[in-house]
Amino acid sequence: MLEVSDLNAWYGKSHILRGVNFHVKEGEIVSLLGRNGVGRSTTVKTIMGEVEPKGSILFKGKQIAGKKSYEIAQLGIGCVPENRDIFPGLTVRQNLLLGMKSRKGSSRWNMEEMFRMFPNLGERADVHGGVLSGGEQQMLCMCRTLMGDPELIMIDEPTEGLAPKVVEQVGLLLQEIASRGVSILLVEQKLTIAMRISHRLYVMGHGQIVYEGTPASLLQADEVRREWLEV
Amino acid sequence: MIEVLIFATLNGLVTGLLLFMLASGLTLIFSMMGVLNFAHASFYMLGAYFAYSISLYTGFWPALIIAPILVGLVGALVERYGLRRVHKSGHVAELIFTFGLAFLIEEAVQFFWGRSTMNYRSPDILNFPLFTLFGQNFPAYKAFMIFISVSIFIGLYYVLTRTRIGIIIQAAITHPNTVANLGHNVPFIFMAVFGAGSGLAGLAGVIAGPVLTTFPGMAVVLGSIVFVIVVIGGLGSLGGALVASLLIGLLQSYAIASNLGMPDLLNLLGVSFASDHPLNDIWRLTLPQIAPILPFLLLVLVLIFRPSGLFGKRES
Repeated sequence: MLEVSDLNAWYGKSHILRGVNFHVKEGEIVSLLGRNGVGRSTTVKTIMGEVEPKGSILFKGKQIAGKKSYEIAQLGIGCVPENRDIFPGLTVRQNLLLGMKSRKGSSRWNMEEMFRMFPNLGERADVHGGVLSGGEQQMLCMCRTLMGDPELIMIDEPTEGLAPKVVEQVGLLLQEIASRGVSILLVEQKLTIAMRISHRLYVMGHGQIVYEGTPASLLQADEVRREWLEV
Repeated sequence: MIEVLIFATLNGLVTGLLLFMLASGLTLIFSMMGVLNFAHASFYMLGAYFAYSISLYTGFWPALIIAPILVGLVGALVERYGLRRVHKSGHVAELIFTFGLAFLIEEAVQFFWGRSTMNYRSPDILNFPLFTLFGQNFPAYKAFMIFISVSIFIGLYYVLTRTRIGIIIQAAITHPNTVANLGHNVPFIFMAVFGAGSGLAGLAGVIAGPVLTTFPGMAVVLGSIVFVIVVIGGLGSLGGALVASLLIGLLQSYAIASNLGMPDLLNLLGVSFASDHPLNDIWRLTLPQIAPILPFLLLVLVLIFRPSGLFGKRES
C-alpha cells in the first residue's frame, strides 16, 4: 500500500529525515515510534506533501513524492495531524462535511454512523468545534478524516493529553478503522496503544528507522526500548 | 425636516450597500492573502467600463451579467499568474504588486477609453421616479441598486454559511493546510475567491457607473473609502465590513443633507468672529463641506480608540 524508500527532508538547512525506509501493507496497523524530535511528524508531513521530499514514496505503486497535499489526499491518504486542527468556528456537522470529498461513490463511512459510534459528537452536532473537550476534538478530527474515505490513514499522536478512558476509545476506533480494510500508520511517542493494536512497528532515531519488528519482539528488545524510547 | 431625513437615509443606504459590495470582496481577499489588495477598486472601475462598452452593443441588462463575469475572470487570472507567484516573495512584494496593478489598470483604461467621462447611463426602463415624497423624487434606479446590493449580501451570506463550498472557503481562509490535507484544491479555491471578489467589485462598478459617473479616477475616489471601511470594520470581518459600509454611507449622506455649520455651533456657544478674521474660512465651514473627509476622521478615531476595528479579529 505505502512504500517509503530513502526518504530525506530538510527544514531550511537542517537535515531532518536521513534516508527513512518503511512500508505499510493493506489492512495493516503499523506504528512509527520514537522520542520527540526524531522526525516522526516530519515523516507524516513529508508523505502528505507539506514538506518537500527527496526519495521515493510509492502509494498503491504510484509515485506521490512531489505531489501537492490535496492531490495526495484525493489519491486516498488521510492525515490526522498532531495539533487536532479542527475548525473552531464551524459546527461539528460542518467539520465532518468538510472531510467529505466531492467524488461520488460508496464510502465506508457516513455521518450518521459517526454519530452512532460517538454519541457525544451526535449530541453536539450543531455546537461549534471550538467548545468541545480535547477528547471530543480528537474524535472529531479522526472522524472528519474518515469521511474522506481514505485507504491509508496517518494519525499523529492521537492519545496525547487525553484521559485514560478517552485513550481506550481512540484504541477502539483504530481497531474499527482497520477492520474495514483501512491501513493505519500510527505515530506515537508512548507505547500504550501501539503495543496493543499494531501488527508491526518501527522505531525512529536521528531521522532514520533504527528498529523494525512486532510488538512482541519489541517487548523482548530491552536495549532498543531503553536507548530509543524510554524517557 | 423629516423628508430630508428619509431621503438622506435612502441615499446613505444606496452608498453604504454599494461600498459593502466592494468591501466584502476586499475583506474575503484580505482574510485569504493576509494583505490588502490595492487594485480592488480598479476592478470596480473595470466593471463600469466593461459594462459601458458591452451596453453599446447589447444594452444594459446583458452587460449587467457579462461585465462582472469578465472582471471576475480578469481577477482570477491576476491571482493565478501574478499574485500566486509573487506570494512566495512575501507580503511586501504582494502589496507592491497590487499597487502596481492599480496603476496599470488605470493607465490601461485611459489608453483604451480615453481620459474623458463615459456616457454610461442607466437603462431607460428604470428612468422614472419610484415614488414622490414631500415633492421630492426617489429614482427607481437607486432602488434597483439597493435591490442588487441586498440580493448580493443575502446570496453571499447564504453561500458562505449554508453551503458546503462556503464552509470549505471559510475553513481554507483560516486553515489552508488542513483543508488541503482533506483533499480540497486550496490554490483553486483561492483563485475562485479572488475571482468572485473581483467580480463583485465589477458588479458594483456596473451599477454605480451610471450614477457616480464613469471616469478614469473613479477607482481612486471610492478605493480610499473602501480601505477606510475594512479598517474601521476590522480587517477580515465580513460583518464589520457591512456595519462600517452602512455607517460611512449614512454618515456622509446625513452630513451632505444637513445645513449645519461651524457658525451655528459657535453661535450656540455664544462665540462669534469678525468677518475679516484671518481664520474666517475655517469658522465658516459647513458639515456638507467636510462630508468627504468624515470617513477619514472616523478612521483616525477608530485607530486611536479601537485599533483592531469595530469587529476586528486579528491584530496585524
